[in-house]
Amino acid sequence: MFDLANPKKFMDFSARLLPWISGAAVILLAIGLYLALFVAPPDYQQGESVRIMYVHVPAATLSMGVYAFMALASALALIMKHPLADMAAKAAAPIGAGFTFLALVTGSLWGKPMWGAWWAWDARLTSELVLLFLYFGYMAIWQAMEDPIKAARAAAVVALVGVVNLPVIKFSVNWWNTLHQPASLLRFEGPAIHPSMLWPLLVMFAAYGLFFAAVLILRMRMEILLRRARSLQLSQARARAS
Amino acid sequence: MNSWTQMIVTQLRRDLKLAARLGGGGLLAVAFFVVLVTLVPFGVGPEPALLSKLSIGIIWVGVVLSTLLSLDRLFQADYEDGSLDLMFLSPLSLGVLVLAKCAAYWITTALPLVLVAPLLGVLLNLPAENYGLLVLSLLVGTPALSLVGAVGAALTVGLRRGSLLLSLLVLPLCVPTLIFGAAAAEGHMSNFYLLGAVSLVLVVVGPIASAAALKLNLG
Repeated sequence: MFDLANPKKFMDFSARLLPWISGAAVILLAIGLYLALFVAPPDYQQGESVRIMYVHVPAATLSMGVYAFMALASALALIMKHPLADMAAKAAAPIGAGFTFLALVTGSLWGKPMWGAWWAWDARLTSELVLLFLYFGYMAIWQAMEDPIKAARAAAVVALVGVVNLPVIKFSVNWWNTLHQPASLLRFEGPAIHPSMLWPLLVMFAAYGLFFAAVLILRMRMEILLRRARSLQLSQARARAS
Repeated sequence: MNSWTQMIVTQLRRDLKLAARLGGGGLLAVAFFVVLVTLVPFGVGPEPALLSKLSIGIIWVGVVLSTLLSLDRLFQADYEDGSLDLMFLSPLSLGVLVLAKCAAYWITTALPLVLVAPLLGVLLNLPAENYGLLVLSLLVGTPALSLVGAVGAALTVGLRRGSLLLSLLVLPLCVPTLIFGAAAAEGHMSNFYLLGAVSLVLVVVGPIASAAALKLNLG
């Protein structure tokens, strides 16, 4: 594991790993979508719109999972000062923001037939929205600083402050929601989810996870190559100047 | 007096003196707050019952935005004239100095907002029993806003267009304070405990994070 912290070894290893992970992600996504859209039964209450859930739930779960991953990588980066950890956190952020956005869009698509409105200030939807803003802030700080080392440390502080605040925000939004409106919304209640719906969901979870891993590795490789190109340009400029 | 309290008092005195002699910051925030609150009835209509229902929310959101307004100056002047480097070299923790600066910022910017809030309550037809609660909730909650804001100010010190980035970083983190604060002002008493908890946690966490951010911007 720690051998991989060497960027050269990471490049070699990830080059061999990437096709397998991407292939598995594509295959699982195809199977999962087929199961979710054609095989799984419609819900007795929600009808066909329950199929949105198979796209929505993994996106929502990963939107928070990716933030946790980002914070973990940032903590490692601050403690061990290793550039690969920075790159992992930086590479993860837009993917996480994408999952968050997908969760919001599918949530509101599902909300239209269920609640009769595109948007309801539902506690979970609202905390997803705040999470999206946290992602934006994290990505903006990378954009704002020119020096990549400084930017990496600032972004790590932002990610850690965010992850400390995230449970508080989630709790407060839940609190606010129960304060202002009684829980009248339709919820997934009742006994455990039926296997005919559970399996497609699990396949979709695996597909999303692999998709995240594949895009993460791709973006990290791109970041390493960009930094190499940058240092090559710098040394060329230096040679020309002297 | 031990060296920590001495340092806090010295720093506090310096910042207050600077604020008093330069003027501007705190009063500008108050003016912004007043204008902001005045704008709302133009948007939603002058109906007293509606304004009364919205009053606490409008005032709390106004306070959150107004405390943000001059936040980008919190460390900027010290960064530009080099005082921040001297503070960084001081043998005591940078976090303690940050705490003192936050206290000074709170006194010069947040406190005037809290004092003017009841007047704006009159404009918005705030129910009589909520005045005390509103002021109390603002007193308990605004330190949290200043301390969270300090983290953002420390991260963006020395950046061009730092103040825009600052709002993006800080506003989402103000959500819990806003929720508990507005609910406390409505009279839901348990929210005072939660609001106090947020402020107290930030008294500890805020200066540490701010100091870390300042160090990376100086180093």
